Amino acid sequence: MTQPAVNRRDFLSLATGAALAVGVVGAAKPFAQSLFPAKDVLALSTTEVDLSTIALGTTRTVIYRGKVVFVRHRTPEDIAAAAAGDATAIIEPQTDKARVQKPEWLVVMGNCTHLGCVPKAAEGSDHGWACPCHGSHFDASGRVVKGPAATNLPVPDYRFVSDTKIVIGLKPEDKKAS
Amino acid sequence: MESESKIPPAKKGIIGWIDHRLPIFSFMDHELNRYPTPKNLNIWWNFGSLAGIMLMIMIISGIFLAMNYTANTQMAFNSVERIMRDVNGGWLIRYLHMNGASMFFIVVYIHIFRGLYYGSYKPPRELLWALGVAIFLIMMATAFMGYVLPWGQMSLWGAEVITNFFSAIPVVGEDLVQLTRGSFAVDNPTLTRFFALHYLMPFLIVGLVVLHLVALHRFGSNNPKGIDITSPKDKIPFHPYYTLKDLVGLGVFLMFYSAFVFFAPDYLGHPDNYIPANPLQTPAHIVPEWYFLPFYAILRAIDFDIPLLLFTIDSKLAGVLAMFASVLVLFFLPWLDRHPVRSARFRPWYKIVFWLFLFNALVLGYVGSQPPEGTMIMIGQAATAWYFIHFFVLLPLLSKYEPVATLPKTLDEPTI
Amino acid sequence: MRLLFLSLFLFTLMLPAHAAERIELPEHTWTFSGPLGKFDQNQLQRGFQVYREVCATCHSLSLIAFRNLGDLGYNEDEIKAIAASYEIKDGPNDMGEMFTRPGRPSDHFPDPFPNRKAAEAANNGAYPPDLSLMTKARHGGADYVKALLMGYTEAPAGFDLADGQYYNRFMPGHRIAMAAPLLDGAVDYKDGSPKTLDQYTSDVSAFLTWAAEPYMIQRKETGLRVMLYIGLMTLIFYLNYRLVKRRVKGA
Repeated sequence: MTQPAVNRRDFLSLATGAALAVGVVGAAKPFAQSLFPAKDVLALSTTEVDLSTIALGTTRTVIYRGKVVFVRHRTPEDIAAAAAGDATAIIEPQTDKARVQKPEWLVVMGNCTHLGCVPKAAEGSDHGWACPCHGSHFDASGRVVKGPAATNLPVPDYRFVSDTKIVIGLKPEDKKAS
Repeated sequence: MESESKIPPAKKGIIGWIDHRLPIFSFMDHELNRYPTPKNLNIWWNFGSLAGIMLMIMIISGIFLAMNYTANTQMAFNSVERIMRDVNGGWLIRYLHMNGASMFFIVVYIHIFRGLYYGSYKPPRELLWALGVAIFLIMMATAFMGYVLPWGQMSLWGAEVITNFFSAIPVVGEDLVQLTRGSFAVDNPTLTRFFALHYLMPFLIVGLVVLHLVALHRFGSNNPKGIDITSPKDKIPFHPYYTLKDLVGLGVFLMFYSAFVFFAPDYLGHPDNYIPANPLQTPAHIVPEWYFLPFYAILRAIDFDIPLLLFTIDSKLAGVLAMFASVLVLFFLPWLDRHPVRSARFRPWYKIVFWLFLFNALVLGYVGSQPPEGTMIMIGQAATAWYFIHFFVLLPLLSKYEPVATLPKTLDEPTI
Repeated sequence: MRLLFLSLFLFTLMLPAHAAERIELPEHTWTFSGPLGKFDQNQLQRGFQVYREVCATCHSLSLIAFRNLGDLGYNEDEIKAIAASYEIKDGPNDMGEMFTRPGRPSDHFPDPFPNRKAAEAANNGAYPPDLSLMTKARHGGADYVKALLMGYTEAPAGFDLADGQYYNRFMPGHRIAMAAPLLDGAVDYKDGSPKTLDQYTSDVSAFLTWAAEPYMIQRKETGLRVMLYIGLMTLIFYLNYRLVKRRVKGA
């Protein structure tokens, strides 16, 4: 008689603990979820950039989803420097061609991939960017050439809706169009 | 050096190491596990721990709401609706908080009436009781300020009416109103300071709750028979019996709470608070949240000037004073009711008076919900009078004249 | 003591019955009533059509974004098309000027008037309220909206109405500044539903109920699961409690 009673008690104690634990975790879930970006934040979709107002050789800095994006109107020298960079960008190798839709327009996220500062235009010969915080260096294609950053400046989704206008946040139309 | 030698040697393990230096574990074991508790506590003793749990639910849900709320008259209303519509799980958190206030008050009112019925305020528990009344007061202030935050019509006009209480005070009244509002009307400065205070005061309550528990554990819980417990056989460790009993109560209570949150979330609220605040238009009926209705009835009951010898208290000030007095009188309860027997079980006269008082409180609540017209005014005045007669006349009289019953010596001793 | 609990409980239940002299509303059976009720997407789409073609002339729906219309059963392309049919004010552009552009799913429904004063000026001094929370902001919710929209009758003899006021059985005070907005046949339904005032008012009331609480179905479904879980949990607690009770008090 006593033996099953003890088992029953153990089982019920265990079940009580388990029910409480599952309940607390279940209740914690919506609270944790509420910390992630809300639906309106996720829906905030796109940023339009009028390219006709960006002079050759200059960079326009725009905000997309609260983050910085560089839109650079590259000169032939910039393009040449970027193409030459295909050989030197060895930290995360990528060709310049794969990073642009049209060679004269470079669109990259403008927060350093190290810890998020905004790099400045570099004075050096590679027509790139230097991060003032920790000294990372990016070339004319936004590829990292000197650490501590370990990845290139990412290229956001963007689409040419006309020859002089891009929309950042839209997926590019069929690749063959370029 | 002498006191150091009294400390027992450290137990093994990390917990033992910490506990030797910072005895939180033995403290918790002593106060939550082994805490000797009368063995006859009934269901009404569940509501103390429930109130503690409600306080935690309110603080946690409140912190998460505050992360998305904007305390600005232009944005507050929409920021609340953004929580409801766009923040993940936001509707749940907000409904938990909104209905949680009502649940908190239900639990605390039952807890208070339990104390009244079983004489839990009597010596040596006067300070325990006073701390409870202080918690109740701050709770009311917190609830009121919280209701202002969504910046709906009831928020604005409720704040307008309540902050105007201070204008009843002679000479400095108008200045006090502006001091409270930070503006000439209830406006953005009022909203931002109410938000700051609404966030602050729950932590004051936590501090008072800790003191409330310290005072409770000094002499241990009262019990349904209200007798001092002398026999060790009459006490049992808190855990596991009362832990489990509290858990069962918590489960049932959470069902009740969830029924509101998930199936009637706006039932206890007022539709007008889904209309954005508009300083140009007062809603047809201003009604406070249900838990303030009895006090609101007392406020409105005094619609006449009270002449004193040298000066007259005008009706406005008298109403405000009566309302504050109706809460503050609770502080003095241990000295108004001096009858030596605690529990109403052994006080047949007090039992009748207690039920009349409870009924009277419900009447006040009902009157508070009705427009002040016709017979409602008379009923409200009668009930207000009864409220104060209970404290200032009936209780002192009973203290003097109600016969003192012979009390059992132990909990097991049969009573007639 | 049991009495105490019961009376307090009953007390809480009777409370929302406070405001006196409320007008009795005819009760309608909604698909979304009750703990298991759900929205009928076809009805919501029809209600949206009524809002769009009639109510939207004067009433804003500012808390609803086009992306929310997915709840009504529209797919992404349809939502984009609906959004693009609205002109949204945006800016300033690089020249510092405000401009309009076609709407996007992330945009909210635009207000029909530039500001509150303009809305009042265009409506005889009466502000057409935003409809996003209408069913939550009135006693009776959807029943109230439906009753109001169907409640236009001749004023009883001797009832004074000012210029621009209309008699409505269900408006508190019976004076309303909105002329009867819907008539039989006013909106052309494509799905073969009857083009009657009764149908229009039901549909638009359902739509506004959704607009006031788009998460209502999620709320009820979550609620059923939570209640079930707490019920089971309480049962386990109770069984354990009974066992311990026998041990403590059994002697």
